[in-house]
Amino acid sequence: MGTPALDRATPPSAGEKLARIAWPLVALVLLLGLVGYALLYSAAGGSHTPWAFRHGIRLVVMTGLAVAIALIDIKKLFRLAYPTYGLIVLLLVAVEIVGEINKGAQRWIDLGFVQLQPSELMKLALVLALARYFHAAYLEEVRRPLFLLPPFLMILLPVALVLKQPDLGTAGMLGMVGTAMLFLGGMAIWKFLAAGALAGAALPIAWAHLHDYQRQRVATFLDPESDPLGAGYHIIQSKIAIGSGGLWGRGYLQGSQAQLSFLPEKHTDFAFTMLAEEAGFVGALAVLALILAITLAGMAVALRAQSHFARLLAAGVTCNFALYAIINVAMVTGLIPVVGVPLPLVSYGGTAMLTVMLGLGLLLNAQVNRDTSIPRFPADF
Amino acid sequence: MYQEADRNRCFRRRLLLLGGLQVALFGGLAARLWQLQLRDGVTYQLLADENRISQRLTVPPRGVIVDRRGRPLAINAPTYRVRVVREQAGDLRGVLEALAEIVPLDARRIEEVLQLAKLHRPFVPITVREDLSWDEVARIAVRSPDLPGILLDSGLLRQYPHGAVTAHVVGYVGPVAKAERESDPDPLLKLPDFRVGKTGIERAYDRELRGRAGFSRVEVNVIGREIREIDRNDGEEGADLQLSIDLDLQTYCMERLADQEAAAAVVLEVATGAVLALASVPTYDPGAFAGGLSAALWRQLADDPRHPLVNKCIRGQYPPGSTFKMVTALAALEAGLVTPASEVFCPGFMSLGNARFHCWKPHGHGRISLVQALAQSCDVYFYELARRVGIDALAAMARRFGFGETLGIDLPGEKPGLMPDSRWKRERLGQPWQKGETLVCGIGQGFVSATPLQLAVMTARLCNGGRAVHPWIVRGPHAHVSEGKGVPPVSLGVSPANLEFVLKGMYEVVNGPRGTAKASALPIPGVLMAGKTGTSQVRRISKAERATGAHKRKDRPREERDHALFVGYAPHDRPRYAVAVVIEHGESGAKAAAPVARDIMVEALRLEPGTTPPAPRRLDLAERR
Repeated sequence: MGTPALDRATPPSAGEKLARIAWPLVALVLLLGLVGYALLYSAAGGSHTPWAFRHGIRLVVMTGLAVAIALIDIKKLFRLAYPTYGLIVLLLVAVEIVGEINKGAQRWIDLGFVQLQPSELMKLALVLALARYFHAAYLEEVRRPLFLLPPFLMILLPVALVLKQPDLGTAGMLGMVGTAMLFLGGMAIWKFLAAGALAGAALPIAWAHLHDYQRQRVATFLDPESDPLGAGYHIIQSKIAIGSGGLWGRGYLQGSQAQLSFLPEKHTDFAFTMLAEEAGFVGALAVLALILAITLAGMAVALRAQSHFARLLAAGVTCNFALYAIINVAMVTGLIPVVGVPLPLVSYGGTAMLTVMLGLGLLLNAQVNRDTSIPRFPADF
Repeated sequence: MYQEADRNRCFRRRLLLLGGLQVALFGGLAARLWQLQLRDGVTYQLLADENRISQRLTVPPRGVIVDRRGRPLAINAPTYRVRVVREQAGDLRGVLEALAEIVPLDARRIEEVLQLAKLHRPFVPITVREDLSWDEVARIAVRSPDLPGILLDSGLLRQYPHGAVTAHVVGYVGPVAKAERESDPDPLLKLPDFRVGKTGIERAYDRELRGRAGFSRVEVNVIGREIREIDRNDGEEGADLQLSIDLDLQTYCMERLADQEAAAAVVLEVATGAVLALASVPTYDPGAFAGGLSAALWRQLADDPRHPLVNKCIRGQYPPGSTFKMVTALAALEAGLVTPASEVFCPGFMSLGNARFHCWKPHGHGRISLVQALAQSCDVYFYELARRVGIDALAAMARRFGFGETLGIDLPGEKPGLMPDSRWKRERLGQPWQKGETLVCGIGQGFVSATPLQLAVMTARLCNGGRAVHPWIVRGPHAHVSEGKGVPPVSLGVSPANLEFVLKGMYEVVNGPRGTAKASALPIPGVLMAGKTGTSQVRRISKAERATGAHKRKDRPREERDHALFVGYAPHDRPRYAVAVVIEHGESGAKAAAPVARDIMVEALRLEPGTTPPAPRRLDLAERR
């Protein structure tokens, strides 16, 4: 980092902040977005409409949004952490009540120009709230079971609300992001093991509460061949497409699985499948490497930041990004059930991109404010 | 400060651990890609290249439906059809238009096929036309090089050899509706020209008739030749169904009713509940539905005021009129409120408060008791019985004989009729029950309504020793009704002696000197039918009409004329068959319905379709007299 350390007493100016932004990281993110553009162009059979062009516009607008967030005073973020969390919980409750039925699940609030999906925003709100909570916590306190009760509830409440929608994939991601935050916050390892054992014991109960289509997905995952033309179709076709890509791929715009529509949802959840088919092992690996590079850069920001809040924030949003990618790729390669998690910046769809880009804004904010210290118990809050 | 440093150390350590975990996970994903793309890449490449033929559904033949003697009622006839595969056709519209120059194919069908093709995956063949003549097949085959994507093959087409005669029982099949496709995960329903049962037995037993899809996965080489079969699953053929219906009797009933505007007849085997004939006129041709119905024909069928599409035996609800009087009689006998010897005086009407309830016979029957009251159908006698019994006990007895609720016959859409009681009126109409309504219900009028099937079941339950038979059509292991599997019906718990008195009344109706249906006695020596006529009002008769006799005029509009009903069973000494006939607006049960029932009964006795030997009756008052 070439820029000089700023005086901790006076906040940096906007110009200084812009100069401090890790532009190489932004460039990596934009590169991934461009991969998405190229894939969506191919998914439409070689056309900018209906997906690629809009994807590009969103990418530009949301990058601007991320930079804007990076310029916000980190103390303001700290202050707003709990109210934001509270607001999103209210929105989750609101979709439960007024949400439109969409694909059998209530997930959206229709604002007219955009469909607001609070469960996505919750991923960031949860990271913010937990980062604030653990900011003040020394390890001795974290060892106290009672101290861990609030963060547990902060995680379980949205997980329960999202499960009820029902959205297995998002609920799982919320749980995992929350767990990562607890881990980074310093919760004792043995407690994780105990919680894991407890969760294992609760599995049969959870099974009983799953919707039929969710059970069907699990059953199909365990044995996709049992239903080759029904529910197993997606995953079988996806594996065929990926496998047929071979080392170098079948060529851009040449993937027969994707181009002849054997592959369902190729512009959304199965975008990576199409990449692997058309660009082969080499291309798929390159994109995985790109995603890993972004992840590691995010981790580096967390390592470097001064305040506990900033580094928890950076680590949390980075985990969220990495989880998207890992779950999506594991899903399309048949390692886990199809849970409907898109590949960030590549899959078509505004909400996931919004979450990731807002997350990028928070990450850049932590990076810009790496030297800003925040008192454990700020007097003005 | 050491706390801060402690926390920092812990955070760094854990962040690195988490980072390491993520690197490991990405490594795992890379390994998975290696596995799929490099190690097994060749296999998947082959599967991808030949994807469209690597998996194929085999459609099981639909089960055949036969009558009780094994005569086919629904079969699968081989047919030649021409199909098109979108993916191979390229310019689908162009290919279809080229095809239209060779064989008749209207523009609307071309649009339909284009729509259908969009709904299915590109390699799924879509049927363009079925039932091609051999000449048409040859013409297409000769031109096939110019018609990419066009396939000729033979398929099976559902046919109903007896068409309109069995339409209401057997039903018909039709294309899968969107709602059906969404609610039923069976992959067969996703096939473009699959047909499912829409009504009748075809609908009620669709799952059984449909069978289970098989699939085969075939490995193929570059030019599409099959090299070997990877695996296959034969699925299950649709189950064949044997019905209780006797085709000859069914045909006779339909012919006998053919000159009526709208009518229904049901014949049951009294011991088992087997439905031997279920006739509803007017009827329709189910064959018209198999090949797709034109909108005009559909409108014509649906708008016909005589409702040809409705099976009146199970969906027509009529006031049962005097055919209900056996129930009123039994309710009173079982409650001990009358004996067969108790007499009631009929002056031609009964007064209740200010209202006057008329007997059909203007000057009355004089002193009359149970058997003659049934034989001559004296309304006042049954008003009096109903008054003594009360509506709730009357309704309870009616329900035991099958009124007011569906009987569970294995056909879709059965109606329950209506047997009102005081609670029903309070809950549905919010009004207290009136005594006068009890009287009217006692002669099967007012709120009471029943289907012809319910009337036949009542008759069967009366004459089979008081056992609660349920009607059924499919016999054997697939039967939905337990009687169809051979489970014997249970007793209703009605006193056999009281039943005998009622049957004695029904005997007198047909065979007694003053019986209302004495003109319709069986012409077979030594074989007697018993029964009951009913003439049920469609609308209330006003005082003025009664005074002028306008309610009996022949020139009333058809829809105001009374319904004609008759229920009966035979032979009287060893009952085997029960029959119920309803002739809509037939005006007189004795004149219109009873002769039809008699002829049907004669035919039933001649054909002897029943298979279960009848149980001898324990008591026979007719013989002991």
